[in-house]
Amino acid sequence: MTPLLEVKNLHAEIDGKKILNGLDLVVNKSEVHAIMGPNGAGKSTLSYVLAGRDGYEVTDGDVLLNGESMLEMEPSERACKGVFLAFQYPMEIPGVATMTFLRAALNAQRKARGEPELSSPDVIRKVKDVAGQLGINMDMLKRPVNVGFSGGEKKRAETMQMALLEPALCLLDETDSGLDIDALKVVSEGVNRLRSPERGFVVITHYQRLLDHIVPDIVHVMSAGKIVRTGGKELAHELEASGYAQYQQEAA
Amino acid sequence: MGENVTANRTPAEIGLAEAFAQLGGKLPGNSDVKAKREEAFARFGSVGLPHRRVEAWRYTDLKSLQREALPLAAPPSAEAKTAAWNAQTLFAGLGARRLVIVDGTVVPALSDLDGLEPGLTVSTMAAGLSEGDPFVASHLGTVAPVDDPAVELNTAFMGDGVVIRVADGATIERPIHLVFVATGDVPASTFVRSLAVVGNGAKLTLVESHQALGDAAYQPNIGLELVVGDDSQVDYVTCLQEGTASQHLASLMTALGARAVFNHFSLTTGGAVVRNQLFLKLNGEGACVDIRGANLLRGNQHADTTLVADHLAPGCQAREVFKSVLADESRGIFQGKISVAPDAQKTDAKMMAQALLLSETAEFDSKPELEIFADDVQCGHGTTAGALDEDLRFYLMARGIPAGEAESLLIQAFVGETLENISHEGLKAVLMDVVADWLRAGGEGHA
Repeated sequence: MTPLLEVKNLHAEIDGKKILNGLDLVVNKSEVHAIMGPNGAGKSTLSYVLAGRDGYEVTDGDVLLNGESMLEMEPSERACKGVFLAFQYPMEIPGVATMTFLRAALNAQRKARGEPELSSPDVIRKVKDVAGQLGINMDMLKRPVNVGFSGGEKKRAETMQMALLEPALCLLDETDSGLDIDALKVVSEGVNRLRSPERGFVVITHYQRLLDHIVPDIVHVMSAGKIVRTGGKELAHELEASGYAQYQQEAA
Repeated sequence: MGENVTANRTPAEIGLAEAFAQLGGKLPGNSDVKAKREEAFARFGSVGLPHRRVEAWRYTDLKSLQREALPLAAPPSAEAKTAAWNAQTLFAGLGARRLVIVDGTVVPALSDLDGLEPGLTVSTMAAGLSEGDPFVASHLGTVAPVDDPAVELNTAFMGDGVVIRVADGATIERPIHLVFVATGDVPASTFVRSLAVVGNGAKLTLVESHQALGDAAYQPNIGLELVVGDDSQVDYVTCLQEGTASQHLASLMTALGARAVFNHFSLTTGGAVVRNQLFLKLNGEGACVDIRGANLLRGNQHADTTLVADHLAPGCQAREVFKSVLADESRGIFQGKISVAPDAQKTDAKMMAQALLLSETAEFDSKPELEIFADDVQCGHGTTAGALDEDLRFYLMARGIPAGEAESLLIQAFVGETLENISHEGLKAVLMDVVADWLRAGGEGHA
């Protein structure tokens, strides 16, 4: 069976500085992978390269989504094919109404799939359903995108977008950063509700605590731009106890 | 020195002098008006067209931009009137009272002159000048600055325009729409001078649009003197969509009484060379102005917004926000001068000019000036210029929104701040559509 995501020998650099050094990763549908690692291992770079952010140069290797190379695709094309990146620091966009943004995103994706576009009332109805489950009130959504949101509200809004857009592959970049324990629970529950046999997750985190709530199937340790160890969920606990020091030495 | 100036005259200056010598006597008005015209032209003639060494015109060198003086537009023919009538004019859905000006001449047959609300008087400048209307005579030129060459030319050559009078205490609910249509069949210049005098405790919404039907070279010089009485409110929106054969000079000259409220928004998407001048005199204590504008330019378009706000009375408040979106080789200019007289204590004035540069070759020049002679004031200004935020663009694209649409959303957001205070929802919606249309036209251009 074709994997949902296949990262093969991925090398990437930014401004001539090598960040990813031959990274391999295979994610099948239904699986939740956690990628852990010390600061500077290249975890966020991996998420940006997968989502297609400008400024990163892929010098070798490939990234396949359902067997199709994504590297030449614009970020928007990748999103329409089912890639969703939940940002570590979601952007505030003054002047763009949240509903306008959500409608544009939903309809761009529907259009790309050849589905009819949704009317404004349909979008509002859909958003209301999803927002309620994440404790987001509609007043918050009357504001411009993420403007004036607390750190926790931004992460909840990211999770809400993810639920709304129903992606095939969810990339969560340090979703736990800036969250207190209550917000962490809400966001994790939101993510867990989206777990399905048709969907895969890559959860990037520095700390094990997120993985108490979003329990992974597979845990990878990343260091110096590649995966240096792979194991089951117990690996996360081992890392919590022993730290990343040994992996930093290995990489060096 | 006079000889020297004569020797260096450009073809456009020579053309203007010849036109004034030839036509000056035939333009409407009695001997007083003629004297005004002659004084104005003499002041213009002594300096000529402004150029880059004239500080107020530093970035808009009319001497080199205006190659020739185009002949005064002929009164519109029946065909021209029909064409103007058939033209899809902006704001048609507003239900506004339309006053239609075709090639510089007010056309009553195309205008809504019936059923004027109590307290509202509308007439034409040509009639006012010809008939020696004492109301026109007593107000004309009272708000105009005396040293601006565009205004001098407007005064020297003024042919027609509208005269609007709102009586004390009258609230005119139905917006008045000045519809400027240029037929654009033959190269022409127009000098339209309007006057609006709003009494005390009155209210008026004024809308102005400019469009050209053909693409012949066109030099409109538009002047409006607007007097806003004590405790009155005027909302004034202009939208300039002429084609790229137009060299458009517009001068808004406004005097505000005590506690008067003046909200102004101008949107420019058209014209090859545009100079929008705003002369504000805050004469009465506690007057409040909110002036916003957006210039959306592409190709080789050049638009200069020049604001001079004179705070002459205590406790006035001014907010000025101008935004430019500049694509291709276009050039945006903002000059803003806030001047606070010694008596104008407690003045609260803030001015902001921002540009979004969509190409490497677009240019933005900003020149804010503060001249403060009072010691208890709050005045500030700011300028920014930059490209679209790549991080925001990526965020939108990461949700599936294609590059062009993501950019449009961000540009609309940037421009949006200038539109948010327009209280008339229908008007705001039309202006947002104009912005969206401009963006769409650009998308097609790039594809």
